[in-house]
This record gives sequence, structure tokens and C-alpha cells, in this order.
Amino acid sequence: MNKRLRRGLSAVAIGVTAAVALAACASGGSSSGGSSDDISKALKDGGTLTYWSWTPSAKDQVAAFEKAYPKVKVKLVNAGTGADQYTKLQNTIKAGSGAPDVAQVEYYALPQFALSDSLLDLSSYGFGDLKDKFATSTWNSVDMDGKIYGLPQDSGPMALFYNKKVFDEYGIAVPKTWDEYVAAAKKLHEADPDAYIAADSGDAGFTTSMIAQAGGTPFTTKGDEVTINLEDAGTKKWTKTWDQLVEQGLLSKTVGWSDDWYKQLGNGQIATLITGAWMPGNLEASVADASGDWRVAPMPTYDGGTAQTANNGGSAEAVMKQSKNPALAAGFLKWLNSSKESTGIFMKSGGFPSTTADLESSAFLDEKPEYFGGQQINKVLVDASKSSDNDFTYLPYQVYANSVYADTVGQSYENGTSLESGLAAWQKALAKYGKDQGFTLSSK
Amino acid sequence: MSTLEARAAGATAPAVPPRRRARPRGRYTGWLFVGPFVVVLVAMLIVPIGYALWLSLFRDQLIGGNQFVWFANYVQLFQDAKFWSGLGRVAVFLVVQVPIMLGLALVAALALDSARLWGTSFFRIAVFLPYAVPGVVAALIWGFIYGNQFGLTGTANHALGIDLLQPFSPDWVLTSIGNVVTWEFLGYNMLIFYAALRTVPGELYEAAELDGAGPMRTVFSIKLPALRGPMVIATIFSIIGSFQLFNEPNLLKTLAPNVIGSAFTPNMYAYSLSFSGQQFNYSATVAIVMGVITAVIAYVVQVRGTREENR
Amino acid sequence: MSTLQHPATGASGPATVTEATTTLRDPQARSSRASRRAERKAERHVDGRKPKRSGLLTAVMIVFVVYSFAPLFYLLVNSTKTQASLLSTFGLWFGGKFNLWQNIVDTLTYNDGIFVQWLGNTLLYVVVGAGGATLLATIAGYGMAKFQFPGRRAVFAVVLGAIAVPGTALAVPTFLLFSQFGLTNTPWAIILPSLISPFGMYLIWTYAVDAIPAELLEAARMDGAGEFRIFFTIALRLLAPGVVTVLLFAVVATWNNYFLPLIMLSDPKWYPLTVGLNQWNAQATGSGAEPIYNLVVTGSLLTIIPIVVAFLFLQRFWQSGLAAGSVKA
Repeated sequence: MNKRLRRGLSAVAIGVTAAVALAACASGGSSSGGSSDDISKALKDGGTLTYWSWTPSAKDQVAAFEKAYPKVKVKLVNAGTGADQYTKLQNTIKAGSGAPDVAQVEYYALPQFALSDSLLDLSSYGFGDLKDKFATSTWNSVDMDGKIYGLPQDSGPMALFYNKKVFDEYGIAVPKTWDEYVAAAKKLHEADPDAYIAADSGDAGFTTSMIAQAGGTPFTTKGDEVTINLEDAGTKKWTKTWDQLVEQGLLSKTVGWSDDWYKQLGNGQIATLITGAWMPGNLEASVADASGDWRVAPMPTYDGGTAQTANNGGSAEAVMKQSKNPALAAGFLKWLNSSKESTGIFMKSGGFPSTTADLESSAFLDEKPEYFGGQQINKVLVDASKSSDNDFTYLPYQVYANSVYADTVGQSYENGTSLESGLAAWQKALAKYGKDQGFTLSSK
Repeated sequence: MSTLEARAAGATAPAVPPRRRARPRGRYTGWLFVGPFVVVLVAMLIVPIGYALWLSLFRDQLIGGNQFVWFANYVQLFQDAKFWSGLGRVAVFLVVQVPIMLGLALVAALALDSARLWGTSFFRIAVFLPYAVPGVVAALIWGFIYGNQFGLTGTANHALGIDLLQPFSPDWVLTSIGNVVTWEFLGYNMLIFYAALRTVPGELYEAAELDGAGPMRTVFSIKLPALRGPMVIATIFSIIGSFQLFNEPNLLKTLAPNVIGSAFTPNMYAYSLSFSGQQFNYSATVAIVMGVITAVIAYVVQVRGTREENR
Repeated sequence: MSTLQHPATGASGPATVTEATTTLRDPQARSSRASRRAERKAERHVDGRKPKRSGLLTAVMIVFVVYSFAPLFYLLVNSTKTQASLLSTFGLWFGGKFNLWQNIVDTLTYNDGIFVQWLGNTLLYVVVGAGGATLLATIAGYGMAKFQFPGRRAVFAVVLGAIAVPGTALAVPTFLLFSQFGLTNTPWAIILPSLISPFGMYLIWTYAVDAIPAELLEAARMDGAGEFRIFFTIALRLLAPGVVTVLLFAVVATWNNYFLPLIMLSDPKWYPLTVGLNQWNAQATGSGAEPIYNLVVTGSLLTIIPIVVAFLFLQRFWQSGLAAGSVKA
């Protein structure tokens, strides 16, 4: 290539880059919100923020942030776990005051707060640029209708955690399909009536994740119109399998996260956990008795061929609209969930990341935790995260929906009857609530 | 003044001629004393009730906002199966748990008063102790004890090789909760009865003994009649408590989420309506209706009780 | 003076009361010795013999005591265990390392000593709330008992109605009301509602009717003393057992207050011990789980000790106060 052409090309390149940069800056300032410049300015000026979170590493993350930005003071408040915190958040929203600047919100509850216009749209602060830093499914959970309502903190792609010691003792192979799983359940329970393949007394998050894995989309929202169909193909696929376990009494009725549940995980009476990738931290911290016994495998699928999982749990952090210093809050949030320092602290305390850099880092993938007998569990979990995306969406009142799950679907578990009747009752209750709240319910 | 203090010490002083004209007492002096109490009463009782009444006439929706709906909430409540089953449940609870608890308290009080025990004072304070324990702690402890796998009942089941004790099964859960409530308040009721028994004048017992009455006769003719008033009071409070039942089932809910639903008792229903569903108007309706029902029943019991007493 | 009404028939008894009842009602009884003497006199039969002790009744009471103590024993035993051995040892006996002191230290220092903060909050609510409630109830009860004034009957009716209103029915409207005024999440949200004690006022009222002779008050007024002076120097002293009773029960109610603080407070720095313990217990759940059952159990133990101690020391007062109140009612 002759010199003139090369210079010309580089000139064009510079020009294009400049144009793109200019466009980015321009779009940053065009909406009524702030811009990424506002963030840097706010961080420099300083101020105070309130941050509601129950994440164990939050304390250390806040300390590190205050060290990096000495002019900013962050007040960390543990206002409860999950639904308890959402109640308090909703109360402050209703009262019009008292909400924190930044709050931890699980993915399933995010649509509810977003649709009720309680969260700040962060796209004007240049958060769109962060898209590639995060795993796709987690980004899709915070990016709704072109608006960005928060940044992902962790992710919960599901996998099969199993107690190898128990499996070996009874000669059970690691199931790859759900049919194999049911067979394993029968074998285990026949061999030891005190042992169960899993504990399930009804958990809304688990149910929605399983329906998602089966390809179901029971909840759809379009503006004021809500469709609830807990009898769609995907849901039926799940209930066909799971009903076998429920009706044949192959599931332990121990309530999850209870004293008894921890004990049974420790002594092998609960042999598997089908749950999100954040579980290892919990097992290591709370079930010391079973150290070395557990392993991780991909989640069973329906056809045994293509890998397919779903997401279970995991949270994002969001900026509340009531925040008096939105730029500063946005700046804190950006550091909290996308800076290397912060995500490092989070991961050290056992959290499972949502940032692609961490998910792909060899250090992370090569970890061989002792608790899992030296297995490279993160390889399995990161693989799971690659196939955990699906079309499932939550209701604009999912927090309420989950609160009446036990009253409806829970009864099927309690009585050992078909899940379909429980799900039908849940559907009825949710439709009624939607109507009471002024939504239009359509049946398709 | 020292003469005043001397009088207060209980000595009967001889009549002293007034040294000064008595300061006239106004008609409204009483209000100086009763006033502050009434102000707080109005602020913390009347105003919230009024506000609840006001709220119950509106409906606030996620889509559509706040609207005045007259008595639509009350109509909806009347047809609400969840509410009626919760109300039925506390009524059953009331009819079973209250007589058992008061009966046991009566037995304990009579035993204490019979003066035929070794270590009366110890028993008195020991049985009263659970009252000092906060409901949260009581529910936590009993929750651990009720644990199916490793709690006491689980261990007993394993030891005896049976599966009989299932505190959180639908059939037994109300009994389990009743047990916690009985444990908490047995001593309190016992003490009310015992204190009343202590004020029966000794000469009544002397007279009865002179007439040749045995211990059982004494119980029926002197002690039980003496307890009629306190019984009515204790019953009224227990009725109110049963209708209000919230703390114990709410705290045990996490251990048995399928059996103890969000509308297990009317108060739990009101709570979940407000804080899970953000349906404050309907919740206020439930609260008002429950308040009225409780007040009516308490009033009826009191009227019948005092009528019996005055016969 | 104090007449004695036979509870069953309502007829008036003799003006000269027996020693037993006077010492029970007379707050000047310096005499636990006197009241014990009175009890023993009531126990004795006409011929001076003491009734024989019953093994059966004692056995019955022992059953009651075991029932009352068992959960408390559970609490004591399990506060000596570590979190790990809690989950792996038998619930009703000791097991694993004896960890009581370490548990106590951990409870008091966990999360920068938030337990101590909660303890301080509870003390604040109790002193101001229960203390305030007792003060208001005592003054009002005295006023109702000793004064005639227009509207007196209305107040009576309202108070009676107030006793019948379920407290939980008020909680949600009070919450909404307070959030209108921005009072939620402040100590006032807890203190203000605890200031009313309708039953306390009723107790003082019935007690004051008998315990404070009208002649005493008249004489004091003749001497020119002001109403409040009379109240504080004369009436209060005579009302002491009733006041202590009301205070003790108000203290228990505020110390154990759970529902109201639960809905009013979102910032843990204002939690009382009850709500705080519940949050610790809930920490075992979900994806950030950090079960600390050993701290929950130890914290529960530490929470009940002050109340138990208070009751043990103030036994004498509240028992006679209860006596008067329950008979009159």
C-alpha cells in the first residue's frame, strides 16, 4: 500500500473514532438524566449514600470504596433478606420517603420495582457501555425495554450438586436426564428410607426456574396487559417429571434453609441440590460436616442432548428514584459491580460472579476447592452459565406472587397430589390479584 | 407539711381545726390528671381507628390509583373465603385452648393456695417465668423443639420407632401453636387466680371448718366463687388474645410454610395484605371487622359474667 | 376506710379487717415477715395444726414446673454449643465444646456489637415507653377514682372499649399514619404507641378507690395543699404496689414488643432485641446465608435474663397489687 493511501486510511480511522466518540458523548447528555461526566464529578465532590444490602461481602466492599473515594461516605444497612427487604422498600416507596440510594434487588423482583417506576434509568449515565462486561442472561435481567435498571451482582446458573459419598454408597450414577434423575430417586429411597434425592416442600423460585428450563413462559406482560398461563407446554413438561417425585413421596419435606435442612445436607439424608451457582459458598460456610463429599455436575435435561439450564436466584443492585444524589449513587453502583477491586472482594467471600472477565479468568476456572474434593467446580458452573438464557419473564407483582405460592402450589406438596392442581390455584390467585390491581388479564 | 406525712403513715390523727380556708376545687380539676392520658389515647387509639375506617372506604391500585369505593371492600370481605376460614380457625382455637389453659391455671392456683405443697414460693415463680419470655424467643425455642428431624419430637419419634408426633402436620399445627400460647400464659393466669384466692378472708375458712367442711367442699363453696370475677377477666383477655393471634403462627410460618398459610389467622391475613400485597385499604377493612367482632364478643362475655356474679 | 366485700355476694364485711388482708393491701408493710406470718395464719386450721402436705399436689406442681422449665432448659443447654455442634448434637443435653463464654462474647461483638445497640434501644423504649405509660396511667387512674368531672363517664366508656380493641388491628393504620408524618424508622414510632395502657389505668383506678381514703385528701386540701402536691406526697405512696404492678407489666410488654417494631423500623440500628434476634434467625436463609443459630440462642438467653431478675426482686409488690386489682374487677 502506498504511503498516501495509508495516511488516508488512518485519517479516516481517526475520523471515524472521533465521530463515534462524539456521538457517544452526545447521546450521554441528550436524555434528562445525568451523564457519565456527572458521575466522575459527583465522586470527586463527595457526599453521603445509603446502601441496603444483605450480601455478606458488602461491608468489605463499602470499606474499599470509601478508601478509593475518601470524600464519599456510604451507610450500609441490612434491612432484611429478600422479601423482608422488599416489604420495607415498598413501604418507603409508598410513603414517598426513606428509601435508600442504592438497594440490592434479586432478579425476580427487579421487574416489579422497574415497572412501578421506582428505579432510576441508568442508560443516560453511560451504563450501556458496560453491557459486554456482564454475562448475557444477567444483563438481560437488568435491561428492560431499552432502559437499564441496575447492574448485575452475581449470577445463579443452575447445576446439579450431589453428595458423591451417598451416590457411591448406593451405586447411583450421576443422572444426565430427568428420567434418570427420577430413577435415581427411587433407587436411593428404596435403599434407605431416611434418605431422599432432594428436599422440596415448595419454593416459588425453584418452580419458576424449572419451568424456565423446560422452556415455559407462563408470565408475559405488555404494558397494562398481563397473561398468566401455568398450563403451557413448558410448565407441563416440568410437572410431568416432578409429579412423579411428589406423588411417590420421593422428596424430603424438610423446609429449605431450616436447621433440619442444614443437618440433613451434612449427614447425607438429602443427596442432591438443584440450585444456583452461588451454593458452594453456603455449603462451605454452613455444612462443614460434609466437606469433601459433594461434587458438581451439569443440570439434568429433558432430552439428554443439548445443554440447557436456567437461572435461580442472584441479585442486581439498583438506584432508587428517591435518591437525592443520583449521580453519586450511580457512581457507587458502577464501582460496586463492575470494578475489578469490588468484584474481587465479592468473589473472595464465595460469591459467584456475573462479570465475563471473572467468569472467563483462568484463575477462577482452575480453582479446586477442598470442599468439593478438588473438583474444578467453576468450569462446570461457568459452562452452565453459557446455556442458562431463556425467554422466561417475571410478573410485575412477582414478590406478591411468591408470597402466595405456599398457599396454593404448596398444598400439592403437602398433600402429595399433582402439581397441576396447585399451579391452577396459583394461577387463579394471581389473576385475581392482577385484576384487583387494575391490570387487564388475558388468557393467551 | 409534717402533719400530712404523719397522716399518710396511717395513723389516725385527731381532728385539726382548719388553719386556712380550703382552696376551692374546680369542676375540671379532674381533667388535669386524666387529660394527658386521654390525649395520648385519642392520638394512638382513636385517630388510627378513624384512619383505618377512612382507608377502608378507598381502593388504591397499581394501575388506576386511589379511588373512593364506598363499602365495596366490606362486600368483598363478606365473600372472602380466606377471611372466613381464618376466622373459623381462631374460633376453634378459642373454644379449645382457652378452657384448657384457664383450667390448668385454676388447678395450679388451687394447688398453690391449698398450702399443702413443699416450696410454694418456688412453684409460684417457676410457673410464672414463661410469661417473661418474649414471644419471639418462645416461638424460636418451640420451633427448634418441634423440629421434625432433629428436634425433640423427631428424636422421640425415632426413639420410639413411630411417626406419630408431627407438630406441623395440618391436623396438629393448631394444637402445636396452642401449646406455645398455653406455655406462655399459663403462669400469668395462674397468678391472677392465686392473687384473688389470697384475698379471701381467713375467717371464712375458719367458719367452714367449724361447720365440718372438708377440703373439697371448701374449694367448691368458697374458693371457686371467689374466683368468679377474675375468671371473667381472664376469659375476656384470652378471647381477645385468641382473636388477635398473630405472633406465634407468624414466627412458626417459616418452619411450615405450606401448613401455616398467609391467611392462617385474620391478623396474619391483614398483615400479608398490607406488606406482601400492598393492599392497605382491604387490610384496614379486615382490621376493622376483626376489631368489631372481638369487641362484641368480649362485651357479651363481660355482661354475662357480671350478671352471674351479681346473682 | 377499706371495707371488705365478699367477692361472691357483694355484701360488706366487718369494718375491722383481718390482719392477713391488711398486710397484703397496706403498702407500708415493711414486713415480708408480716405477710409471711399472715400466710401461715391463713394456712392454719382453727385448732392450730398445719394441714398435712400433699404428695399428689406437689407432684402435680412438679409437672407444671417441668413444663414451664423445659424450653428454658433447652435454651440454656444450647447456648453452650458452637454453631456446628448445634446441628449435630442432641437438643436437650450438652454436646461438643463448652462454648458459652465464647458465644456470649460473639453475641455481643457480632457485626460491630449491634446486639449491644439493640439492648440499648430496648432499654430506651422500656424506660421512656413503659415508664411513660405507667406515669400516665397512674395519674389518670387517680383522677378517675378521686374526682368528679364532666365527661368522666365518657372516658370510662372509651377506656373500656380501648381494652377490647385488638392491638394488632391498630398496627397497620398506625404505621400508615406515622409514615404520613415521617415518623416511621424513628424511636418515636415505638415509644408513642406504647404510652397507652388502658388496663393499667383501670388497675390504678380500682386500687385508688380503696387505698386512698377521701378524708385524707380532704384534710390535705383543708391545709391548703395543691392537687399535684397531694398527689405526689400522699397518693403516690399509697398507690405504690399498684404502680409497681402496672410498671412491671408495662415493662414486660415493651421489652417483648415485636409486631409493632417489626413493621415500623427498617434500619437495624433502631431495632429492639426481639426484632434483632428474628433478623439473625432469618439470616440462615437464601443465597447470602450465614446461619448463626448459636448467637440466636445465646442472644435469646441474654434477652430474658433482665426481665426474670426484675420479676424475682420485685415479687412482693406486684403480687399484692395484682390481688387488689383482680378482686375489684
